[in-house]
Amino acid sequence: MADITLTIDNQPVTVPAGTTILKAAEQLGRQVPTICYHDHCTANGLCRICVVEVDGVRPLLPACLSRVSEGMKVTTSSARAERSRRTILEMLDSAVDLSEAPEIQKLLDENHADRARFPAAERREHTVLDDNPMYIRDYDKCILCWRCVQVCADDAQYTHAINFTGRGFDTSIGTFFDKSMPDTTCVFCGQCVGVCPTGALKPKREALLEQGVSLDEILQATRGGQKRRRKPS
Amino acid sequence: MTDDELIPLRAILAELAPQRRAALLPALHTAQRLFGWITEALASEISRALSVPLADVYGVIEFYEMFHHEPVGRTILRVCGAPVCALAGADGVAQALCRQLKIEPGTVSADGAFTVEHAPCLGLCDHAPAVLVGESAVGSAEATQAAAICAANAGNPLSHVGGDIRILTSNCGRGRPTSLAEYQARGGYAGLKKALTMTPDAVLAEVKAAGLVGRGGAAFPTGIKWEGAAAATGQPKYIVCNADESEPGTFKDRILMEEDPHRVIEGMIVAAYAVGASQGYIYVRGEYPSAFQIISDAVADARQAGIVGPNIFASGLNFDIEMRLGAGAYICGEETALLESIEGKRGLPRIKPPFPTTHGLFGKPTIINNVETFCNVPLILERGAAEYRKIGTERSPGPKLFCVSGQIQKPGLYEVPFGVTLRHLLFDLAGGLNAGRKLQAVLMGGAAGAFATEKDLDVILSFEALRAADLPLGSGAVMVFDDSADLRDVLKRLAHFFADESCGKCYPCQLGARRQSEILDRTAGAGPLAGDRERLSDIGLTMIDASLCGLGQTAPTAILSAMKLWPEMFDGK
Repeated sequence: MADITLTIDNQPVTVPAGTTILKAAEQLGRQVPTICYHDHCTANGLCRICVVEVDGVRPLLPACLSRVSEGMKVTTSSARAERSRRTILEMLDSAVDLSEAPEIQKLLDENHADRARFPAAERREHTVLDDNPMYIRDYDKCILCWRCVQVCADDAQYTHAINFTGRGFDTSIGTFFDKSMPDTTCVFCGQCVGVCPTGALKPKREALLEQGVSLDEILQATRGGQKRRRKPS
Repeated sequence: MTDDELIPLRAILAELAPQRRAALLPALHTAQRLFGWITEALASEISRALSVPLADVYGVIEFYEMFHHEPVGRTILRVCGAPVCALAGADGVAQALCRQLKIEPGTVSADGAFTVEHAPCLGLCDHAPAVLVGESAVGSAEATQAAAICAANAGNPLSHVGGDIRILTSNCGRGRPTSLAEYQARGGYAGLKKALTMTPDAVLAEVKAAGLVGRGGAAFPTGIKWEGAAAATGQPKYIVCNADESEPGTFKDRILMEEDPHRVIEGMIVAAYAVGASQGYIYVRGEYPSAFQIISDAVADARQAGIVGPNIFASGLNFDIEMRLGAGAYICGEETALLESIEGKRGLPRIKPPFPTTHGLFGKPTIINNVETFCNVPLILERGAAEYRKIGTERSPGPKLFCVSGQIQKPGLYEVPFGVTLRHLLFDLAGGLNAGRKLQAVLMGGAAGAFATEKDLDVILSFEALRAADLPLGSGAVMVFDDSADLRDVLKRLAHFFADESCGKCYPCQLGARRQSEILDRTAGAGPLAGDRERLSDIGLTMIDASLCGLGQTAPTAILSAMKLWPEMFDGK
């Protein structure tokens, strides 16, 4: 494919046509911040943390999705982009439990987010769902990055056990008529747990260890006693 | 639920099955019509018949406000909560209905007959306060008439249609649909017949020369959109009519569909001929049951008469139209969200580019235009672009419909040539303010619009003049507030509207619409906190700059315009 030359923060860079601004910036050693983006999931431009300013374009553009074009002039940290990033992070922090999302915590610091910016703001609160032996679901920590729904569907497993419920601020991840996971099409492949960036989905063992249950007790409970042990000959 | 009880649903699902997921909304509507609400068993049945995963079916039911997976009353009383209806006493009507039925909003009356809900703008702003009773519209509802409102079961109240010219609205204002025979007797389908004598390229050229721009709010040049779809590779091509009119304060498309349904059908067929499309869809918002029925009947009549379907007017053109009924989601007025909805998905806007002209419905080249836009097309063909351009201004040619509502003598639909002033519209045509009242503000372009005041009354209503005055034309909504209105309450309602209607896809809108509404709750209540003006400004500018679609990008505009006009309103202590 033909090569495209553009400038990012006044530095020229040449990349193959079809490259995203995010990947072109990486080639220059510049890391545009992201939250929802994952190299192995379909990018949807949800979090808008990666927005950058492009000369001649009115709205800011998500770097994770926007393709480079010849002569494009990109500014990754304009005043507008920084205001958007900071405000989005402050709003996210006001709604979601980010205590187990170290990468987002770091972004909050780097972008000088005020952790008390929105007083008396409604938070998204849910009951922790502990309904299967493999993982627990703590949606207070869910940032709606969509990764779990996508790997459960066409991005990986084609299981379609989970989808979105509600809409707007009250969107959540759920199952058919809120059924427990064992009553869905879930195959417990664990891919959703693997891509969750905030600890909203957590392996059951990790959760038990955090609760102070010892590894021995967990093994006792999950190995089903001595049944499968072969006697030493 | 027994197998016997499922027979009528299964029969319809068998017909819908070949469409698979694209028939999900019709299937859910059918289940709800037959059984009142969508039980787990019904949803499973639909999942199996259309090969849609169970979790996805549930996700779609959850997305659309008018789908219910819990018991609801046999008749739902939807009381409009938009600013204009609120000023006319809608909250009192809702309370009276709840008292009458001894229920709270959202619950079911003891006999299972009724549920009362607060609705977003019902597009009945010319009849405020409005209630949708099942499928019947009740206008000028009075709290003292609760029993009569519950018993309502007939049609729509008569709309007031006026203006300097009556071209687009020549068949409107009579309180009934114009039949096919009558439409043709009054010159209807002449534009299509003329188009069929021309080459598709010549039709395209005529629409382009007319300078028609979209009337849905975004004002994109129609000819350029059509050229894009005509040039795009990929078959089949689709023509989609966006009849999801949901912008608060807007009711023009409802009146066009209810009173002159063939005009929009004619416009769509011309578009199909121009770009080589074979299939059309008309997507009508769920809150317009009467418009949906009338236009569905009109499509059936046209099909019967050989005007829709194979070999139209014996020209060799094949074009059919399928109807879609929305289910309560303002976001579906966004063109790509509407396409997702037709495809049987949650109405989430897509990333653009690519645009629908090349990657639209089912990934194929698609033209999607608003009802009023399509209604201009027969006129352009019939008169020719040069004649058409004699109406309006040089840069805003054609007639324009304005929906005037609120605290004004004669709320209604007004047709004018582009180029008249706002003062002319409000005072000469709509009768001016009520006796003894002073103008406080005019909300132009709907909830996603901006406020004008007394000093703007002489602004010329054209795209170019309004742009220069930094005011939106939007959908043509013009809401009038006199000095008795509490603008804090108006702003609170606008903010709640967007918080309720944000789809939740991108963070700036998902989070910003809710944070914005919380601050405006304070502003209208105990008063803003210190720093609230800065918070509102950061939220608003972030939504404009960084939101994924037009909803998020315009959701704060009315609020930001109010902050410029009345900054003291937002100063916290």
